[in-house]
This record gives sequence, structure tokens and C-alpha cells, in this order.
Amino acid sequence: MIPQSVLLAIVLAPLFGAVGAGLFGRQIGRAGAHTITILGVALSCALSCWVLWQLVTGGAPTFNGNVYTFFEVGRYSAHVGFLVDRLTAVMMVVVTFVSLLVHVYTIGYMADDPGYQRFFSYISLFTFSMLMLVMSNNFLQLFFGWEAVGLVSYLLIGFWFKRPTAIFANLKAFLVNRVGDFGFLLGIAAVVYWTGSMDYATVFERVQAGVLEGATFSPWAGAAWDVTTFICVCLFIGAMGKSAQVPLHVWLPDSMEGPTPISALIHAATMVTAGIFMVARTSPLFENAPAALEFVLFIGATTAFFTGLIGLVQNDIKRVVAYSTLSQLGYMTVALGVSAYGAAIFHLMTHAFFKALLFLAAGSVIIAMHHEQDMRHMGNLRRYLPLTFWTSMIGTLALVGTPFFSGFYSKDVIIEATKHAAESGNFVHHYAKWLVLAGVFVTSLYSFRLIYLAFFGKERFVVDASHGGHGHGSAHDDHHDDHHGHHTPGHLAHPPHESPWVVTLPLVLLAIPSVAIGFLTVQPMLFGGFFDGAIFVKPEHDMVARIGEHFGSPLTFGLHGFVTPAFWLALGGFAAATLMYLVKPELAGRARAAFAPVVTVLERKYGFDDFYQAVFMRGSVRLGRGLWRGGDVAVIDDGLVNGSADVVDRIAGLVRRAQSGYLYHYAFSMILGLIVLLGFFAWPR
Amino acid sequence: MTADWPLLSLLVWLPIVGGALVLGFGADRAREARWAGLVVALATLLLSIPLYTDFDGSSAVMQFVERHEWIAAINAWYHLGVDGVSVALILLTAFCTVLVLVGAWESIEDRAHQYVASFLILEGMMIGVFAALDALLFYVFFEAMLVPMFIIIGIWGGPRRVYASIKFFLYTFLGSIFMLVGLVYLYLKAGNWELAQWALLPLNATEQMWLFFAFLVAFAVKVPMWPVHTWLPDAHVEAPTGGSVILAAIMLKIGGYGFLRFSLPVTPDASQEWAWLVIALSLVAVIYVGLVALVQEDMKKLIAYSSISHMGFVTLGTFIAFALVREAGNADAARLGLQGAMVQMVSHGFISGAMFSCVGVLYDRMHSRMIRDYGGVANSMPWFAALFVLFAMANSGLPGTSGFVGEFMVIIAAFQANPWFAVLAGLTLVIGAAYTLWLVKRVIFGEVANQEVRELKDIDAREAFVLCAFAVAVLLVGVWPAPLIELMDASLAALADHISAGKL
Repeated sequence: MIPQSVLLAIVLAPLFGAVGAGLFGRQIGRAGAHTITILGVALSCALSCWVLWQLVTGGAPTFNGNVYTFFEVGRYSAHVGFLVDRLTAVMMVVVTFVSLLVHVYTIGYMADDPGYQRFFSYISLFTFSMLMLVMSNNFLQLFFGWEAVGLVSYLLIGFWFKRPTAIFANLKAFLVNRVGDFGFLLGIAAVVYWTGSMDYATVFERVQAGVLEGATFSPWAGAAWDVTTFICVCLFIGAMGKSAQVPLHVWLPDSMEGPTPISALIHAATMVTAGIFMVARTSPLFENAPAALEFVLFIGATTAFFTGLIGLVQNDIKRVVAYSTLSQLGYMTVALGVSAYGAAIFHLMTHAFFKALLFLAAGSVIIAMHHEQDMRHMGNLRRYLPLTFWTSMIGTLALVGTPFFSGFYSKDVIIEATKHAAESGNFVHHYAKWLVLAGVFVTSLYSFRLIYLAFFGKERFVVDASHGGHGHGSAHDDHHDDHHGHHTPGHLAHPPHESPWVVTLPLVLLAIPSVAIGFLTVQPMLFGGFFDGAIFVKPEHDMVARIGEHFGSPLTFGLHGFVTPAFWLALGGFAAATLMYLVKPELAGRARAAFAPVVTVLERKYGFDDFYQAVFMRGSVRLGRGLWRGGDVAVIDDGLVNGSADVVDRIAGLVRRAQSGYLYHYAFSMILGLIVLLGFFAWPR
Repeated sequence: MTADWPLLSLLVWLPIVGGALVLGFGADRAREARWAGLVVALATLLLSIPLYTDFDGSSAVMQFVERHEWIAAINAWYHLGVDGVSVALILLTAFCTVLVLVGAWESIEDRAHQYVASFLILEGMMIGVFAALDALLFYVFFEAMLVPMFIIIGIWGGPRRVYASIKFFLYTFLGSIFMLVGLVYLYLKAGNWELAQWALLPLNATEQMWLFFAFLVAFAVKVPMWPVHTWLPDAHVEAPTGGSVILAAIMLKIGGYGFLRFSLPVTPDASQEWAWLVIALSLVAVIYVGLVALVQEDMKKLIAYSSISHMGFVTLGTFIAFALVREAGNADAARLGLQGAMVQMVSHGFISGAMFSCVGVLYDRMHSRMIRDYGGVANSMPWFAALFVLFAMANSGLPGTSGFVGEFMVIIAAFQANPWFAVLAGLTLVIGAAYTLWLVKRVIFGEVANQEVRELKDIDAREAFVLCAFAVAVLLVGVWPAPLIELMDASLAALADHISAGKL
């Protein structure tokens, strides 16, 4: 049995830390702020591990209980409560573990930032929100967590609120997410309408009992939409916003304006995977909506491949990793689209470790480079940052799917599942199958491009003591824009050096699962019925089971990995990167020239941003102005009210003359008279 | 202790009499006047607490009833009583008045005693509106209420205050003239002014239609609904901070309250007949007015348009009840919509009150409401910025704040009436966030815009008290709305039953 008090402690400990650091940051100081938040998250992490342990080995039953009633109106009720099964417990452990490491890392990364306490408060608040999201037992609380992580993301992207780019990016992130949430909310409304409940267990029970089977509705005369498909597509639109799927992906690259620790925690490892989690959680709905699954698959495959391509032309080290995140989220979505929910969660987990690792390593590079993020001013850093280099290398090997690394198991299962789905599928399945394969090449190419540009080759920065004046010795910070002006690209005050232990320790601790977690857990998690009861898959959709038929052991699976097309594609990407960025760097320039139009398209990011800016941003402002000046001012005020306003003016003139400016006396006497009158009549007799 | 007190009379008359006494302090004893006013407002707030604690939320009957003969010749009674809806709004009124008085402690120097008195008198009258069960008494309070607000805008307002106050007065006065005609007709028909009896009075379709429109005009102006909303931005812009707070937090609610008290019970069939019109106007409010809010350059105007947009949810939640209860046969969903409307009213009271208070804090320092004069306020006023962002998020309907609860309930209910209503209303998720957070971006965030912003002082203890009180209310209702909802549930369930029966 898992006691409710433990679950409450898990969510409230980070909240407590957040409130403490946020409201009393000045009193408790920097050390106080990071101590209480880290203690809170550590407690949360330890208890989450315990909960997972209880569920996996202790035979504890799934916890499903309400904590309190949010509202109750007739048959409609909403609660705050927890549903903790293995799916939830895995998410809880991933979230709190990565969060804990990011907390520790932040001590070093934000060491000199004036907003130190505020930052700790935000990331703890994030941990609370994310836990509320994954631990919810109903759609309302899911939506609460969903929007709350969005809020914290907004606050953290705009953490350096003086930077115009940061406060543009956070507004954009919030609004694009709101577009997704709009769909999500409609989905929830539809769930309530057709199943009469917001509680997961009740909803899924009713769905399984067939209340939605064959149900249609007509949004307009003559149309008949399948209800389950409608619900799933609406919910998935929410996932598209949060998990940054095309075409709602535009906010994620810009979110890199936030400090690097949160890029790792929020915009790579956890928050952006909320959409994936949500679809897995609502698998009983999606399983009954094959058309919605195809939509999911199409969006996922498109995202996986095309956003990866953009990663090839980025020069900002964080942006490369960001596009890589988009692409990997696409892979997870593809897994969802072929009903391999377990594989999606598995990839979510391995990705959380290696992508957090890559981001934190990128952060370590950025610290060493005194907040230079442009890879064109890096090079040969492996000499200066050995630990960062090796951990980055591990993260990269995991990302590109090198056999036996964690990413290999999770990604290969997705590719295999897509292949199986294509055997009996239509063109969408084939489209997905080819794109995820091609994506492997792209992943490998941009990943090794990053490694070579940053850590190998010639040093493209100059150590120039005249740019001194920055702090020395620690992972210091010159983010405050006051310092930024002094910065010449590629000029460093002193040679880059390895980061302090608070930064490198999390790298090492993340490198371990990046290597091993796949090997250790692939069998129990994917082929051992781990998610039974938490995730529902129709037997005829169960691609993972088909892979399982041929699955011997993690060892044989890994060995087999050397002869798959995916491996050769990854190797091809590696070879191409080696050739262009290490052996013959001039080739890269020639390739750029040869593919100039393509490069332009990629640099413009397929024009999504330009289009949204022109149509939605400027369009709605223009529309608003038109409605205001044309509607409110011209028609209503000048047109309709003016006629009477003339009369008003004349009356007002009379009143003014009569009272010669003592309007308030007049009005007061009116009030007093009224009171006396009222009092006179109201007096009980 | 309070069991046999005439609690409602005390709540109505204590502030009015207290206000009249405060006038006696004169202009040169402003300090004493402020303290006296605060004591009266606090006493009223204190007295309103038993209204909540002793209220039986499981019953839909009017409670704390007082009934005395008033004008025998026309059978008008001094008849007070409250149901759950009234209790919620009276509490809101008493709460906001205290905060308004504290908020204006230093910013109003000129004739402070009259300022304080106006708000107290206004408070008593607004409570009177929410407690009156006699239509004539309601009307008297409803009209009398305009006078103190007219004075507040006209004396302590901005440069165009005369224009704004007259526009305000005439707009609302014009609306209520129609209502008066309707009330008189009902009196002639029923022979009394009892709201409870009017709800049972048989009325044919034509009568109901005329009455419905008479009420609609009066209350639509108050809410305000598009297209009779243009007085509100002007009134807000010119009103002093306290005036804006009360206007947005309480006076607009009287429109929504009027629909619940008059239109729905007295003319249920006409309300059903014309529900489409109100729903359409509500959706226009949400979208059209939301877009208009987006392009405002004056903070107060922006928040005023935002208020109109949010009040669209109140009218939407109220009028979808008919489709739900009569066409879909789902009285529970109708209750959900009505609850959503009411929660939105209370929540909007807190949020708009807080937003206008925030603008007041800035205005006191910079004497400008123009967005372009600001930028980077967070640099010099971090605590203020934190609170402002909180209220902005509440205004964008973030779950965990009160702004979410009502909108969520209305959208869920609206989907059941017609998915398209939910689609259009749901756009507020994007539009509302856009205009609110764009405002935050331009005012709060960014590099310090100018020397004046650099020198801004963060909020002092008094301002912090006001904003934190609003913040606590916003978060409390956002995290645990159940007590508020239980308070009103029986009353709204009875209303839903009543309208499902109809009169024809």
C-alpha cells in the first residue's frame, strides 16, 4: 500500500521549498534558498523512488484516491487527487531525479546571478507543478499541472527579463501553448460531455464499456464526426503545444533564451514530454480512435524528421540541442501513433537522461566560454573541458542510438514498431517508417557536427586578458545585460577551464543512466508487462509485443543493432560529419553553397515564424484596431451615442449653469435627501 | 450573538449612516475621516461574516429575512433577504470596500472625507441592491447607487471626468428607465413588488418579451454587454483608482445579478426565446472585445475592455441554462453554467479589483496610465511585479487562480449546450492571455524604460496589504472553490428548476 501522506509529501515538499525561497529569499540568503529547495526535491525524489520500488517489487496496488473536492455541482464533480501506477511512478522518478540534479547544477551555473533565490523558487515550483500533472487522477488536475508548468516555463524563459529576446520568447511560448491548451480544454469538455466525468478511471471504464462506440456528432448539418476521434484529436492538439509538435513547435527553439539549467529540465527532459505522457495516460481513448492515431503518427513523423534538419544549420550550441529535442519528441509521438505507448514512455525516460546531460554539458561549455553560445567561436574544447567532453560524448552516443547505449534501445524499438505498423498500414505508416529512418542519419549528422565544432578542430576563440574584469575561479555569470555590452564574440578574458564539481557531478550522474538504463530496463519495461493496467493497447495494435516475439535479451538485441539499417544510417551521419567538420572543414562550406536554397529554407525554419508573425500577430492587432476604431469608436460612440451625446451636452450645460461648478454639493444633497426619505419610509412602525 | 440582529439592515445602513457621519469631519480632519471610514468598513465586513457562517447553504429559501411595511399606498415593503448568490456578492462588496479605502489612504488628498463617505454610502447601497427582495426597494438602491459613483468619477476623476461621468450616468440611467417601466407594469399586474411572487406570476409570451427587453437593456448596460459597453472604458479611465475598483469589482456584477433575479425567474420563456441573442452578444464580448483590448494603449482602458470580455462569460453561463435545461434536459449542466457565471462574477471582482489597484499603484507614482511610459518596472519594483504577474495570470484564466474556475465551468457547460459556443468562448484562452501578457511584457518586463521608472519605489506595507489581500482571495478561490460553490448551489439549483418549468 502506498499511503496518501507519502504522495502529499512528494508534491508538497518542492512547493514548500519554492514558497520559502520565493517569499523569504532575502532572509534565508542564497545558501538557505538552495538548501531548502534541494532538500525538498531530494525528499520528493527519495519518496518517488520508494513508491516506484513498492509498485514494482512490493506488489503495492495502484493508488487512486481523491484528496479534496474541487467543486461539485449535481452530477459534475472535480477533485484533486492522485493516481499512482507504474506509468506515473516512472514519470515521478524521472522528473524528481533530473530536477534534483538540475538544482545542484544551478548552484554552479547561477552562482553570481542576482536572481539566484528566485531561480531556485521557480524550478522547485516547476517540480511541484510537473508532479501534480503526472500524479493527477483526473483531467482537471491534469490541466492544472499542464498550465502551471506552462506558467513556470513562461517565468523561466523570461528569467532575464531585461533581455528583449527573452521576454519575446516567453510571451510566444505561452501563447503558442495556449493555442494547444485551447484544443486540450475542448477535448476535456468533450470528455465530460460524452462520458459525464473527469475522473480517469471512470472515463476509461465507460469508454471500455463502449459508451462512445459508434457515437457521432454533427458540428454542422450533414457532417458526422466520430466522437472518440474528435476527443483524441482535441487532446492531442494540447499535446502538440506542450510537446512542441509541428506546427506548434515554434516556441521551443526560442525558449533557449532561458538559463541553461531550465532548458535541460523543462525544455528537454520533463515538461515538453507532458504531451507524450498525456497520450499514454489516455491510451484507452486513443486506442479506440485509429484515425486520431494516424494523425498523431503523421505529426510525429513530420516533426521527427523536418525539425532535425533545421538542427543542421544552427550555430548556437543550445539551439542545436533544442532542435534535437524537437526531433526526439517527434520520435516519441511516432511511437504513440503506432500504439507503442510503452516505447514512447521508455524513450521519454532515456531521452530525459541523455538530453538533460547534453544540455547541462552545453551549459558547462557556455560557462567555460563566458556565455558564448556560438559554436563558430569554439573548437578544441576537449583539451580544456575533458569531463564535459566525455560526458557530452556519452550523451551523443546515446542520442544517435549507438548499440548498448540507452537511446539505442528506446529508439530502435520505435523504429521497429513503425516498421511493423507499416506492414499492415496505409501511406501514413509508410511515410512515418521512412522518415524515422532518415531521421537517424540527420540526428547523427547534427550531433557529431556539434561535437566536432565545439570540442575538436582549431580553437576559434582568442584569449585576451584585456577583456578581464569578470570573476574568476567559479562558474561565474555575466548574464546581467550590464556586462553583455563588453562582450566581443570569440574573445575570452582567460582560457576556458573545467567547471566546478556542482556542475560536473550532475553530468556524471546523468551519464550513468544515459549509458546503462536502456540495457537494464528494456526487457522488464517493454516486454515484461510493466505497464499493464496503466497503458491500454489493443492486441491487434500491439507492435511492441511483435518485437518482443523476437526479443532474446538486451545483449542479443544490442548485437542485432549492428546490422540494422538504422545503425548504418547513424554511421553514415557520423562519417559525413567527420568528413565535413573534422577532416575537410572546407567541405562544409561547399555543401552549404551547393544546397543554398535548402539551407535558406532551413534557416528560415520553413517560414513558420514569419507566417505566424504576419498573420496571427500583426493580423490580430490590425483586426483589433479595426474593431476598436471602426466598431467601438466610429459606429457605436460617434454614430449611435453622438446623437444623444449632443442632447447630453446641452443638458450638461444647463446643469452646469444651474450649479455653477458646485456639482458635488448638488449630488450630495441628493444623496442625503434620498437617505432621509428612505429612512422615513423604512422606519418600522 | 448575532442571531436576532437585523443583520441585513445593519449591513445596508451602517455604511450609509457611517458615511454621512464621516462627512462631518470636514476637509481639514482628513486623517480622522479616513480612520473613521475604515472602522465603519471593517465593522461592515465583520458583520457580513455571520451572513456566511450562519447561512444554511442546503436551502434555497431566502434567509435573514426582514420585512416591514414601507409605502403602504403602493404596497411596497422594506423587504430584505438573501440567498447564496446574494451572500457571495455582499461578502465581495464588504471585502472590496475595505481594500479600496486602504488603497486610497494616501493618494486622495483633496476632500478625503467626502471621498471616504462616498464609498461607504455606495457600499451600503450596493449591499441594499443585493439584499432587496422588494422590486421597488431594489430599484431605489439600483438608481441611488449611481449618485455616489457619479460623484466619485466627477470629482476625483481625471481630466475628462465630466464627460465620462455624464456618459456613465446617462447610459445607465437610460437603461434603468426601461426597467422602471417594466417594474411598474409588473406591479400593476401583480399588485405588489415581491420578487418571489413575480417569479410565479403568470405572464403570456408577449408580456414576457417586452419585460425581457426592458430588463435586458438595463442589465446589459450595467454588465456591460456589447454594444452598450462604451461607457465603461471612459468611466474607468477617468475614475480614480477606488472608483475603478468598485465599478469593476461590484457594480458590473449588479448586471449579472439582475439577470439572475429578474430576467430568468420573471420572464423564463422570453429568456429562452431570446437566449440566442444574449449568447451571441456574450461571444462577441469574448472575442471582439478581447481583440479590442489587445490594441489599447492606456492600461486602464485595456483592463476595462478585459472586464467586458470576461463578463461575457457571466452572461454566457447564465443564458446557456435554457438550452441545457429545456432542450438537453440536463438541469445539472444548467446549474454548472449558472455556477460558472457566478464564480466568474466573484472571481472577476477580485481580479479586476486587483488589476485596477495595481494600475493605481503605478499611477500614484508616475501619473500616467499610458503603457508606453512604462517598461522594466520589475527592475525597480520586484514585489509589485510579482503580484502584477500573478493577477495577470489570473486574468488569463490560469488554473490555480480564481480566473480559471468560472471560465472552465462555463466552457464545460457551454460545450453541452452547443460545442460551437465552447469553441468560440474557449478562444479567450489565447486572446485573454495575449492582451494581458503583452501588457505585462511592455510594462513590467524589459530594460528600464526611463529615469522615472528607474526611480520608482516598490510598494509599501499599505499597498502590499491591499494587493496581498486580493492575491489571497484569488488563490483561495482558485485552489478551493468548493465552499463558494456550495454556498450558492441550492439557490442556483432552485433557479434551474424554476426556469425548466417556465410560465407558459
